[in-house]
Parts: sequence; structure tokens; C-alpha cells
Amino acid sequence: MHEFANAFVLFSNFVLIPSITYGSQLAIGALGITLVFSILRFANFAHGDTMAFGTMIAIFCTWGLQAVGFSLGPLPVALVALPVAIAVTVGLVLGTDKIIYRFYRDKKVDPIILVMASVGVMFMMNGLVRIFIGVGEVSFADGSRFIIRAREFREMTGLDEGLALRTTQVITVVVAVVVMGALFWFLQKTRTGKSLRAFSDNEDLALLSGIKPERVVQITWIIAATLATIAGVLYGLDKGFRPFTYFQLLLPMFAAAILGGIGQPIGAVVGGFVIAFSEVSLTYAYRRVFEYLGPEGFEIEGLAQLIQTEYKFAISFMLLVIVLLVRPTGIFKGRVL
Amino acid sequence: MKRIFLAGLSTVALMSATAAFADDHEVKIGVILGFSGPLESITPAMGASGELAMKEVSDSGAFLGGKTVTPVRADSTCIDAAAATSSAERLLSSEGVAAIFGPDCSGVTTAVVNNVTVPQGVMNISPSATSPALSSIEDNGLFFRTSPSDARQGAILAQVVMDRGYDEVAVTFTNNDYGKGFADAFVAAYEGIGGKVTLSAAHEDGRADYSAEVGALSAAGGDALVVLGYIDQGGLGVMRSAIDTGAFDVFAGGDGMYGASLLETLGDDLEVWFGTLPGSAIEGDDPFVAISEAAGIGIDGPYVRESYDAAALMLLSMQAAGEATAAAAEHVMAIANAPGEKIAAGELARGLELVAAGTDIDYVGASGVELIEPGESSGVYREYELVDGALKDVKMH
Repeated sequence: MHEFANAFVLFSNFVLIPSITYGSQLAIGALGITLVFSILRFANFAHGDTMAFGTMIAIFCTWGLQAVGFSLGPLPVALVALPVAIAVTVGLVLGTDKIIYRFYRDKKVDPIILVMASVGVMFMMNGLVRIFIGVGEVSFADGSRFIIRAREFREMTGLDEGLALRTTQVITVVVAVVVMGALFWFLQKTRTGKSLRAFSDNEDLALLSGIKPERVVQITWIIAATLATIAGVLYGLDKGFRPFTYFQLLLPMFAAAILGGIGQPIGAVVGGFVIAFSEVSLTYAYRRVFEYLGPEGFEIEGLAQLIQTEYKFAISFMLLVIVLLVRPTGIFKGRVL
Repeated sequence: MKRIFLAGLSTVALMSATAAFADDHEVKIGVILGFSGPLESITPAMGASGELAMKEVSDSGAFLGGKTVTPVRADSTCIDAAAATSSAERLLSSEGVAAIFGPDCSGVTTAVVNNVTVPQGVMNISPSATSPALSSIEDNGLFFRTSPSDARQGAILAQVVMDRGYDEVAVTFTNNDYGKGFADAFVAAYEGIGGKVTLSAAHEDGRADYSAEVGALSAAGGDALVVLGYIDQGGLGVMRSAIDTGAFDVFAGGDGMYGASLLETLGDDLEVWFGTLPGSAIEGDDPFVAISEAAGIGIDGPYVRESYDAAALMLLSMQAAGEATAAAAEHVMAIANAPGEKIAAGELARGLELVAAGTDIDYVGASGVELIEPGESSGVYREYELVDGALKDVKMH
């Protein structure tokens, strides 16, 4: 029993907890991508940098609040800064829609032109963030860093293996559950949510039934910007903020959205967790887990690792390719790309 | 459009006019550094430091019977081998430089040595390329560096780790020429003195999440984690993740991991941390501080001292050869090492006169440079350690 507990704690510490946290962050990001794709009908490459922009605003607010001596005790101040950051990001995104995307939408251009326009927006936001906050790493998580430290856990339980649980990990999961719940409730139960789904399902029919397209577009952008900011701030709190990593998050987020079935909100959530779990669990070295589970004195020479960690980032690509080959619609039948 | 064309034309005309003025009284030295790219923040000081030595030699009036030295800058980009190669070719063919100071990064240095300077028979001295691979490059005796090879730092770090009683470690390195070369050298040296490396795995810079890497390193186990990366990149991410999950308590680092920012980020969670860092062998009075600060360069930048020494060695060896050609390469080792009259930074005029008179000199310069075969700095390293929340030097190696 003791051995089994050790193996479980070890597995939780290095696989379960990190991938649940990472999965939640990816899921919220992928939700934004999938919503824009299903309602506005283009792949928004600027999503990663929208996350970076929102996070940057949250960081500035956090600094401001810290400067006046505001504190939330064990919780990070950034949670209070979040609504402000969302508001500013929504403003920016609506602005870019007005200046850039609306022009193309009115001309009824091919989606690929909108995609290219979003690449341009991506580079501009990229530059904006770097001008204001720089390219270096910014750590803005305050409050208490841990709920349980590895060493405390060992002393508490008497096990050989430690389990660390960080405040930001718990916050990430809690916020993610709340956000996803609220979003699904909004899409399924409210009038506006239903009009969004109707618009996504069949644009012409939706227009005929009196849904105002500009309003649908606006609401979509507001939700996308909100999700992007929340995902960005959670990610930044948990892992530190650096503009470049947000740009790189684009690949796993897109992989998550496509894997789950693009255009399907539930698919984005599942896809996010699948990507996160496979990245972490395929590259983990299971030697010590097996040694605990095996018979007394059981020892393994190698690391019992499926894929070396260097190939971690190939995993999202691999999953993407496999899904596109085997089931092009994704897990939850999204649109065929 | 027309105006731009005219402006371009007149610039070209001006440039060729300048070239026409170049005469026997001027020696041009190419300065190839990564003025753009990943090292763009530190190369201006390196270039200025090298040019400071050139100016000192030029102003002395003693160089090759009163010749002046003119630096000509070009961009190595640090990472783009093709760009660095064409910069070097341009310096040689259209500027007619006598030798090349630089390049800076190991990868582009290899490219320039292989493609340009050795085929064309020109001497070059790099102030900052540290890859062990450059020790075995086919250079016909024309390539030198005033920076030590990471092979040496690997050996010293291995000894430091062993001396502290850790005989089983895991190694993580940044996935580039620097990290790979350093890690290979460390592992070889460490196993050579009886240590056991449980796992040596690369990490990519610029990612945010290193839990998978740390998971593997932790499964491999060991008394300590040796981090051979960059402090503002993946090295920090790996350390933070390792501390958070309780995977390792003891950390050792190379020169890339030295800096106070690590303490700010990791704070009190970091308990045992030590490592190695290239240092200056200058004891007592350091004349370089005064001249470097007077020139507005300062001594804080990395490889500033090595840059001054690279330029000074190049020019002193030309003086010894009596001509500004690759013939100078034969004299570099003799000038840099004992025996002879010691020449410190700021004493280049005296050095030039002594060399002209046929006296042996031992150029000490700004970094206390000693060259070992095959033409690289032997390297002096500081061993640092975290003591009561601050980094302290504990020993020199």
C-alpha cells in the first residue's frame, strides 16, 4: 500500500498536476480560437499575441496595485487586475475588428485573406507588447507560492515522495472550470448565446431570422478577448510572462482546437487536455513509478521513457497529423478543414 | 526615387574616394561582431574595447614605423553563418583588411575560419568564441581566441562538483553549440574523475513549461542538478520547475547561469547553488579599469577584456613580424606568453617599442591572457557560491 501511494504521489507530482494545469490553460486559449473560427469563419493567428497583450495590461495593473500597497493575502493581486485587463483587451480587439477585419468582411473575401490579415495583426500586437513591456521574463505572481511544498508533504505523510501544489495551479483549475461553465451556460441557455450558435450554424438562416450580424461579431470578439486574457494571465501567473512563449503557444492551442473538432467548444476543452496530457505523459520517465509498483528489489536500468523530452513539441504536431489523417473532423465532429 | 538613387551613388563615390586615400601608412583591421542578433546588447562594448586597443597602437606612432590602424566594422549576426561569411569576404576583398578581429559566436566563427580566413590565408582572433569544437578546427595556425574553450570550464566545473562531495548528478543543457559542447566536456571530465551522470538531457530556450524535462531529470535522479544554460532563458525555467516539484535541492551552474536575477526570481526557495565563471587573472592594480572607463566602455560587459586583448595581440604580433600580414600569426603565442617583459593594458606603446627592438615581451593585457595550444586562452575561472542570499566568489581555478 505504501509503495502504491508513493507511486501515485510521484505520478501526480510530475504528470497529473502539471498536465491538468497546462491543459486548463490550453483549453481556455483553444476555446477562443474555436469560437472565432466557427462564428467569424477564419483561423485567428493573432490569438496568442492577444493573450500576451491582455497579460501585459494585467501586469501593469498589478504593478500599480502593488505600488499602492494592495494585497490579497495568499492570492495573487493579478486576479483583481484581470477585469481591467479584459476591458482594455476587448477595446483593442474591437478596435482591430473595426479598422481591419470589418473592411474585409464587408467585401466578403475568402477566409484565407482574413487569416493573412490576422497574421498581420499578430505581428502588430507582437510589436506593441514588446515596445511596452520588453522581451524579457516578467514574474508577477505574488501572494503565497505554495499550498503544499514537496518537503512539507513528505514530512506530513511520511511517504518517500513529495507532492508540491502551487497556489497558481489551483487558481488555474478553479478559474478554468468557472469560465468554461459560464461559457457553456451562455452558449446554451441565453438568447444571445443561441443567436451566436445559430449564426455559426447557418449564416443566411440566422440573418433571415433577424439576428444582427455586426452584433454577433462584436459579442464573439468580446468573448474571444476575454478568454484570451484569462488564459494569458493564468499561464503567466503559473509560468512567468514572456512575449515569445505566448507566440509559441499558438501551435498547441491550434492543435487542441483542431484535435477536439474545430468550431466545437467542448472539443477545444477536450483537445486542450489531450495535448497537455500527451506532452507530459509521453515524455515522462517512469522508472521510479515502476520500481514502486514492481516487486520488492525490482530495478530498471533505463529511464522507462517513451519519448525524449527534446521531442516534446513534436507531439502536438504528431497528434495533429494523426487526427487529420484518421478523423479529419476531430474528436467531436467539427468542420472539416 | 531619383534622389535616393543619387544619394546612393554619391555614397558609393565617397566610399571609393576614401578607399583611394588608403595608402601605405594605414593598416585596416576588420571588426566582425554580432552587431545585430542575440548578442546585440553586448557587442557594442566588445567592439569599442577592441577599437580602444587599436587606437592606442595607432596613436603611439610606434606601430610598423608610424603606421595608423583603422578598424572597419561588419556584422556577424552571431547566428547566420552565410551573413558572417559574406561580411568577412567583403572586408577582405573590398576593404582590404590585413586581419580580422572576431567573429564573436562559435557557430559563425567556425564558418568564417573554414570558408574565408583560412582559404585566403588571413589571421583572425576571436574574443569570445568558446565552443570546444574550435580547438580542433583546421586553421593552418591562423586562428586564435582570447577566450577559453568550454572544454576547460567543463573540466573545472566537474572538479568543483566532485570536490563538494556530489558524485552522482543529472545534467541539463541548452540545446545549442554552447550548451552541447559544455555538457559533453562536463560529462567526459566528470566521469573521468569517477562521477556518475544519471542523465544528460537538452532543454529548449524560450519555452514556458519545463515540467516534462524536470520529470525526466528527476526520474534519473542524482545528488545535484547541473544546469548548463542561460539565466534568462530555459536554465531558469528548469531550475524553477525543479525546485517547485522538489525534484532537486542542489544546483550547479556554468557561466551562463551567473547573475543576481536568479536570486530575485527564485528567492528563498534556492538553498544550495554554486558554479563557475570566467574571471580575470589580474592581481592587484588593474590598469584596464581606468582606460576602459575613460573611454566610456566600463568593465562590466562580458568579453570586454578579451576584446581589448584580441586586438592588442593581433597588432603586437604584426609588429613582431614587421609587416601587417598573416606572417604575424607565427608570433602570437610568443607575444602572449612568458618569457619576456610584462606588458599590461594601456602599455601598448612600450610593448611596440620593445618588440621593435627585438626584446621578448609577455603580453598580460586586460584579462591576464595566457595562450595554450592550439591558440586559445588557458582561462581562469572563479568558483561562485550562494552564501546567505548573495553570490560570493570562493575560489579561483
